[in-house]
Amino acid sequence: MSEQKWKDICELTDLVDNSGVCALVNGEQVALFYLPASQSVYAVSNWDPIGEANVLYRGLMGSVGDTPVVASPLYKQRFDLTSGLCLDDETISIKTWPVRLHDKAVQLAC
Amino acid sequence: MSQHTSSTRVLVVGNGMVGHHFVDALCQQQMGAEITVFCAEPRLAYDRVHLSEYFTGKTADDLALTTPEHYQQQGVTFFTDTKVVEIDKSAKKVKTNHGDWFEYDKLVLATGSFPFVPPIPGNDQPHCLVYRTIEDLEAITDSAKQSKIGVVVGGGLLGLEAANALKQAGLETHVVEFAPQLMAVQVDAGGGRLLKDKIESLGVRVHTQKGTKEIVAGESCRYRMVFGEDDFLETDMILFSAGIRPQDALAREWELEIGPRGGIVINNQCQTSDPDIYAIGECALWNNFIFGLVAPGYTMARAAASHIAGGDDSFSGADMSTKLKLMGVDVGSIGDAHGRTDGALSYTYENQPKGVYKKIVVDGEQKQLLGAVLVGDTSDYDTLLQYALNGIELPEFPESLILPDSGEGKPALGADALPMTATICSCHNVSKQDIVTAIDSGNGSLPAIKSCTKASTGCGGCSALLKNVVDSELAKRGVEVKKDICEHFAYSRQELYHLIKVGNIRSFEELLAQHGKGLGCEICKPAAASILASVWNDFILAKEHVSLQDTNDTYLANMQKDGTYSIVPRVQAGEITPEKLIVLGEVAKKYNLYTKITGGQRIDLFGARVEQLPVIWEELIAAGFETGHAYAKSLRTVKSCVGSTWCRYGVQDSVGQAIDIENRYKGLRAPHKIKMAVSGCTRECAEAQSKDIGVIATDKGWNLYVCGNGGMKPRHADLFATDLDTDTLIKYIDRVLMLYVRTADRLQRTSVWMDNLEGGLDYLKDVVINDSLGIAAELEAQMQHIVETYECEWKKAVEQQESRKRFRAFVNSPEQDSNIVFVEERGQVRPATAEEKASLNDSQRIAIKELA
Ligand code: SRM
Ligand SMILES: Cc1cc2nc3c(=O)[nH]c(=O)nc-3n(C[C@H](O)[C@H](O)[C@H](O)COP(=O)(O)OP(=O)(O)OC[C@H]3O[C@@H](n4cnc5c(N)ncnc54)[C@H](O)[C@@H]3O)c2cc1C
Ligand code: SF4
Ligand code: FES
Repeated sequence: MSEQKWKDICELTDLVDNSGVCALVNGEQVALFYLPASQSVYAVSNWDPIGEANVLYRGLMGSVGDTPVVASPLYKQRFDLTSGLCLDDETISIKTWPVRLHDKAVQLAC
Repeated sequence: MSQHTSSTRVLVVGNGMVGHHFVDALCQQQMGAEITVFCAEPRLAYDRVHLSEYFTGKTADDLALTTPEHYQQQGVTFFTDTKVVEIDKSAKKVKTNHGDWFEYDKLVLATGSFPFVPPIPGNDQPHCLVYRTIEDLEAITDSAKQSKIGVVVGGGLLGLEAANALKQAGLETHVVEFAPQLMAVQVDAGGGRLLKDKIESLGVRVHTQKGTKEIVAGESCRYRMVFGEDDFLETDMILFSAGIRPQDALAREWELEIGPRGGIVINNQCQTSDPDIYAIGECALWNNFIFGLVAPGYTMARAAASHIAGGDDSFSGADMSTKLKLMGVDVGSIGDAHGRTDGALSYTYENQPKGVYKKIVVDGEQKQLLGAVLVGDTSDYDTLLQYALNGIELPEFPESLILPDSGEGKPALGADALPMTATICSCHNVSKQDIVTAIDSGNGSLPAIKSCTKASTGCGGCSALLKNVVDSELAKRGVEVKKDICEHFAYSRQELYHLIKVGNIRSFEELLAQHGKGLGCEICKPAAASILASVWNDFILAKEHVSLQDTNDTYLANMQKDGTYSIVPRVQAGEITPEKLIVLGEVAKKYNLYTKITGGQRIDLFGARVEQLPVIWEELIAAGFETGHAYAKSLRTVKSCVGSTWCRYGVQDSVGQAIDIENRYKGLRAPHKIKMAVSGCTRECAEAQSKDIGVIATDKGWNLYVCGNGGMKPRHADLFATDLDTDTLIKYIDRVLMLYVRTADRLQRTSVWMDNLEGGLDYLKDVVINDSLGIAAELEAQMQHIVETYECEWKKAVEQQESRKRFRAFVNSPEQDSNIVFVEERGQVRPATAEEKASLNDSQRIAIKELA
């Protein structure tokens, strides 16, 4: 495994509780979701491969069983925030990034 | 008998739908047979019946009926891409195309059939294809990509399905049929004629009574099909669907008895002329008949498995009735559709304007139903099939079964009227008794009953009937049908409403902690947000509510396909001053927004990027506009006609009334959107009778109509009360709407809500007009609270820094989404297509207006 470098992306205060925002990282759009109850942050691609638009951060966050998911705002397909897998079409998945909270900063490994 | 003493060795040749069903059936016999399967195709069995869904996105995996792992678990040995090429009956062994020999005690031939390609010179060219396997469909997809015009040869059931596939692929599609009509096997001449009209109106060209003489090179297309002198059709691809032929080559070559026109002859146990060799499915000929459907094949498979295991199930023919939808046209055929039985009589009903054709064939005494043909409307299919299959005596006037319902109701043949022996699902041979038994052994829901009995997991044709039987049996046992909103709450919307109101719950977090589990989802979150708003009317972008909203509510605008938004300011009753009209024009021009008059008498500005929304709204608010809630499940528009102020027929000021009503109910969150209209006289130019709330002026006051809608399933509103004065009118609307907000299901329009209320319109009148529940004052008070706490959401959003932050495209960069690209069309912008995005150079793109 290559060494991961954590890079500051934004402040914790930029995130929205139980919902998403978008960051631009090396030209890529990264949707960041924040779950205050467990202090978890998830980072997935903002590109909706089904609706074909950069919109995923504007989807609704929720859970299926124990899996945190976001439902695309365009056609409502759900994506697993931890693996990127589309629960409604398992042939489709989206990119995910390792992400963490470090002090008050949101960091991405890239 | 065989020498070896342990388990019986069963070899199965062919792993199509029937071969696979046989393997399952034999495993269920638990006789410990050693099963080996040879499969000529590169994959194990898949659902050929639903093959066409491959074109609409289903994958080979979706269609698979089993998996290698599953066969391994069952102890079934299998070889894919392997054909059996030789049978040695005396030594009881077979040889594969790879040269291996396998011994058997019992051999089962389930080799199915192959598509018949008429012997037309030129039929073997690259874009001449057939429709039977997944590989065929892949070839068709490839060919379609390189073609503009496609022809299907054969107008039977499969041919029309294939034509649909070509049409979906965007090809100009033709069907060429040798016979004088379509689907000659299943429907009669009358039905065929109507079917042809319907299919042609869908844009498929049908050519009947045409025989192709040869296929030669075309002039404008790849090929030319020559029918006669100067009679030809040019096309880029040809799909043959001219019937199927039994795959009986093996049996023929190794001297099993074959029928005069092909097919391996079998008896009721499905044994061939060699008692240790069975044939099942489409390769088998029973009583001189080949069954080209899956259900009879399944019955054969079970009979053969039973016989091998020493049981006594047998095959005694099968019903060939079919119900299907071909290109959106409903077609049904039952039993003796052509009336060939001696003494048969028939009744026909045809409604040309509606495109409906129905025929029933009855016996000479008019007591028994022998057959039926239905085109354009198959709603009577289930009932008719039950009459035919179960020999139920016909009603006194059999024609009543197919005539339109005159209001007195058809002689119903509900689930209760069926005998216990009635076959509900013919694919899996499930009777009503089987379903009752499954329920009594603890299967309390439709999915459970499906997986226990397998009913409705074949062709799916029986699903409506199955649901009826299950619902009625469950109801008899006092089982309530579950209405849980989603996995996070074991409550219906109505129950959640009460929990929130009575428990004084103010946020989703509280609701989840007290009554739910998990994180919530895209179903319960917006539903809870809507209830919280209906009850408390807090700012929907408040910190605790914002994550609950659907994206449109979060951004207070409607998301478009490219991720931009549309902006719809409220234009009460469609009345707008020239000044305001100019403002809309100027804003649209400044931000380069596509402008359109909506179907709701207002103006929609499309193509705003998320970061532009607050800025644009600041300008609109400054000019006196407020949000139009086009994004919300709430009041949309109150449409008006010009009314007595200008119109020579108007009897009341419909515009003034519409403005007042719109201002009263704007912002009210509801289970679904609400639309209203006010017309100034009975000419009804505002179309009030197609709205949730419709008001029509009379010379004495106002008539109130409720619970209508346009949209997917239009329904006229019902007249609720007449000649009301304005105060009473408003009082009634308050009550109707609040009752709806309280008791409807999520995403239920008022029409469906009222139709589901026990007692319907009369009950609603009773509650609203006579206050039969004693809640009228409460309903009004709650509405008054909503009216008094109204605030324009956009005004509040642009004023609050915290909510404005949400409208940044990126939290860490001022850049914009580079995937949003516009081009010009008819003098305005529109989103560029994917192809355009790939090919445009920068100067052809329309520059994005920078924010000030
Ligand atoms: C803009 C407009 C079409 C237009 O260019 O004229 C429109 C556009 C949309 N309609 Fe509509 N409808 C528009 C008038 C209508 C009408 C006509 C009317 O209101 O008189 C109807 C039929 C009347 C009715 O609703 O009873 C109509 C029946 C629907 C339906 C089907 C509702 C139903 O119960 O069957 C939907 C889907 C839904 O709501 O689930 C829908 C949904 C939509 C959505 C929200 C679909 C979506 O999620 O993207 C569209 C987005 C609006 C936008 O981006 O601004 N729209 N839609 C019209 C906006 C009117 C307005 O000023 O607010
Ligand atoms: C597009 C389409 C739509 C249909 N729609 C319906 C419908 O709505 N309702 C309905 O009831 N029916 C429908 N059918 C018909 C239904 O699919 C068939 O009746 C059913 O599949 C027959 O099953 P089978 O196992 O007998 O034959 P098949 O499914 O054809 O399977 C036979 C298998 O045996 C293999 N095989 C042949 N010879 C050998 C050999 N020597 N060695 C090894 N393997 C061999 C073949 O490659 C094939 O895989 C439809 C068919 C198609 C093509
Ligand atoms: S309904 Fe028609 S006729 Fe009556 S006032 Fe309105 S516009 Fe005039
Ligand atoms: S009749 Fe085909 S699934 Fe039931």
